[in-house]
Amino acid sequence: MMRPETEAELAGIVAGAERPLQIEGGGTRGMTVPGDGDRLSVAGLSGVVLYEPGALTLVVRAGTPLAEVGAVLAAEGQRLAFEPMDHRRLLGRDGVPTIGGVAAANVSGPRRVQAGACRDAMLGVRFVDGRGRVIRNGGRVMKNVTGYDLVKLMAGSRGTLGVLTELAVKVLPVPEAAAVLVMEGLTSEAAVAAMSAALGSPFEVSAAAHLPEAGETWLRLEGFAASVAYRAGRLGALLDRFGPARVVEAPDEVAAMMRRLRDVEDFADRPGDVWRISVRPSDGPRAAAAVAAEAAIFDWGGGLVWVLVPEGHDIRPALSGIAGHAVRVRGAGPLASPEPAPLAALAARLRAEFDPRGLFNPGAMG
Amino acid sequence: MQMPAPDARVMAKKDHVLRRLMAVLPEDAVIHDPTATRAYECDALTAYRCPPLAAVLPASTAEVAAVLKICHEERVPVVPRGSGTSLAGGALPTADSVILGVARLNEVLEVDYPNRFIRVQAGRTNLSVTGAVEGDGWFYAPDPSSQLACAIAGNIGMNSGGAHCLKYGVTTNNLLGVTLVLMDGTVVEIGGAHLDAVGYDWLGVICGSEGQLGVVTEATLRILPKPEGARPVLMGFDCSERAGACVADIIRAGVLPVAIEFMDRPCIAATEAFAGAGYPDCEALLIVEVEGSPAEIDDQLALIKRIAMAHDPVELRESGSAEESARIWLGRKSAFGAMGQLGDYMCLDGTIPVSALPDVLRRIGELSAEAGLRVANVFHAGDGNMHPLILFDANAPGDLERCEALGAEILKLCVDAGGCLTGEHGVGVEKRDLMGVQYRPEDLDAQMRVKDVFDPGWLLNPAKVFPLEVSAGRRAG
Repeated sequence: MMRPETEAELAGIVAGAERPLQIEGGGTRGMTVPGDGDRLSVAGLSGVVLYEPGALTLVVRAGTPLAEVGAVLAAEGQRLAFEPMDHRRLLGRDGVPTIGGVAAANVSGPRRVQAGACRDAMLGVRFVDGRGRVIRNGGRVMKNVTGYDLVKLMAGSRGTLGVLTELAVKVLPVPEAAAVLVMEGLTSEAAVAAMSAALGSPFEVSAAAHLPEAGETWLRLEGFAASVAYRAGRLGALLDRFGPARVVEAPDEVAAMMRRLRDVEDFADRPGDVWRISVRPSDGPRAAAAVAAEAAIFDWGGGLVWVLVPEGHDIRPALSGIAGHAVRVRGAGPLASPEPAPLAALAARLRAEFDPRGLFNPGAMG
Repeated sequence: MQMPAPDARVMAKKDHVLRRLMAVLPEDAVIHDPTATRAYECDALTAYRCPPLAAVLPASTAEVAAVLKICHEERVPVVPRGSGTSLAGGALPTADSVILGVARLNEVLEVDYPNRFIRVQAGRTNLSVTGAVEGDGWFYAPDPSSQLACAIAGNIGMNSGGAHCLKYGVTTNNLLGVTLVLMDGTVVEIGGAHLDAVGYDWLGVICGSEGQLGVVTEATLRILPKPEGARPVLMGFDCSERAGACVADIIRAGVLPVAIEFMDRPCIAATEAFAGAGYPDCEALLIVEVEGSPAEIDDQLALIKRIAMAHDPVELRESGSAEESARIWLGRKSAFGAMGQLGDYMCLDGTIPVSALPDVLRRIGELSAEAGLRVANVFHAGDGNMHPLILFDANAPGDLERCEALGAEILKLCVDAGGCLTGEHGVGVEKRDLMGVQYRPEDLDAQMRVKDVFDPGWLLNPAKVFPLEVSAGRRAG
């Protein structure tokens, strides 16, 4: 495995590459098809480049472990707003998740509904394109419309347009308090209706999930302690027609619940493939029913549906009448809903422009 | 500022092109009379003007597709236009181009509160999107100053911001889907009411691409429930360093104000003379607004005032009523009008890291003195998006050129401080020739490759964003 220590070294490897490259950060997910190409690890490009807590900005090399990023931010009472998932338990893998890997897959957790996705927090990138050139785009300021936003294009591109070497992200303060309202015994349809009512209220819900197997619907509130208490009361009253709610306030308990949701822990030790489906929230229950899921978890107010299905079962045909998309997260290799033909044609041309020799992660992104 | 010479081949077949356009559009949707096309000769950057070959006003996605297909076949450049409020010359035509105005695409197509989105035709104005949902307690967050007039299509083209993006983000953070027509007439649906993409983040790159990748005809936008209430506090400081440090401390303390606005002494003086908002006589003024219930607002403002006290404010005024809130905002909202009373002005919008604020302000003061032109600063301090206003006299020979030169120096200063040329207005033609200050040739090449993919013939708004000498080979192809 090649493991460059500098951006220049990495650029040299790409420029001189004669065979496809499998790019990896911490190797916790395996975004490429195994066996196809030489492994190229970005883990050697590690460390914080610049951190300005007063400007809510962090510039960090792509191979920096997520845990290190978290620790650096926590020391200043800040965090990544988009709450990225840790895939290790669900996928049964080890390795060290990196910030570059998270960005390359646009990994966003329960707070997506309030704080946006990973791509929304990304302010700037440096990457090495398929010609071995170092490209910069964006910057480290929160508002920047200077030229095209290749930062968004790199987010979620799974290394197929370039190898991320550095990124600038917007961070947010860790709030003083958090609480979860828990409602019990709702059907999935009622739960989505309750979550829509909550997310349509002014009470700033920062996570809304329904776990049918546990029979619980969760609504998270974060902020100053007095504000969280006030909003929990108002939200409970607003949702009274759906049934009573209890409030979980113990920090450890709130954190454990959110980790369980974020990392899809409920599916971790069970056999079968895991897919994530993105639909409009009110279509969530219909999507779960359509694919005959053995188990489902609704996040993002119903708009993100995690489903557990028998191994090898392709759920995509069953979703054909529902707007949105599905991606296999655990199973025999990556699999995703196809893009409409004109977009697929644009994608192929874009890839050819950025990676004319077809070096990067063959097999990823279809 | 140079624009490419019109293509003689296109000019020669004007009548042929017009006939083809009139065959696919209603009679009143093709504007070609030389007196009528004057209405489209510029946008809000009025220093540069050129009437187009024609202007067309399609009223449906199908009509937009038909127009683009014809222009593609005839190799006629197309300049998309929202409401023409661009401060960067994004909708400035060339004599051989067709202006494609989306003003007739102004319907609300779908409002869905349980799923928190609205779908509109892209010519609809920004404020009327909020207008369609505010009666039910909702709003569309991005709020550029021109929101009464500016179109969603232009907001998407420029990735527009506004005063409230510190909390709610800019257009790209609130855009869920678009109907996009490519230059060859292909209609593409991207995104929708669901979140995030399965493939590349097309929405992300289309937003802010200044009408160079395609024409947006419909948009699905995220809407948000209105907060229970909002209240501002006004603070005056005797130097900009203190105001800047106060901003950083507020942000670090974990409060997320919905807006932090900054005005310097020249701007305060001008707005006082114009609007009489009762602002204190000081070097720097901050308006910080927070949202929530009355008690939540009390708590947040108490914390903010505690932080401000540590920076020796000369004035600290919390609003106690809706009238007082309006009065605090009055001066800020009149700032551009007030500056207009003093003469012609050029408005820049470079962004800097908040930490660089005092240094950059001091340096702008020095550059202003050297150039002999007055500069007033009013800006969104929470996100570092500056708005230096350079005063000049358009009738004085050489003044515009001196103003442009000073503007270029200020923008270079922003980039040197770790910032960028434009935070929300876009590059257009105004900052086109400065792109090399921020980006190296290979960085610009990577961006132009994206245009190569969407518009291989470089017919869509081709003379914008990239310096002409940098894009020359592609435009000729």
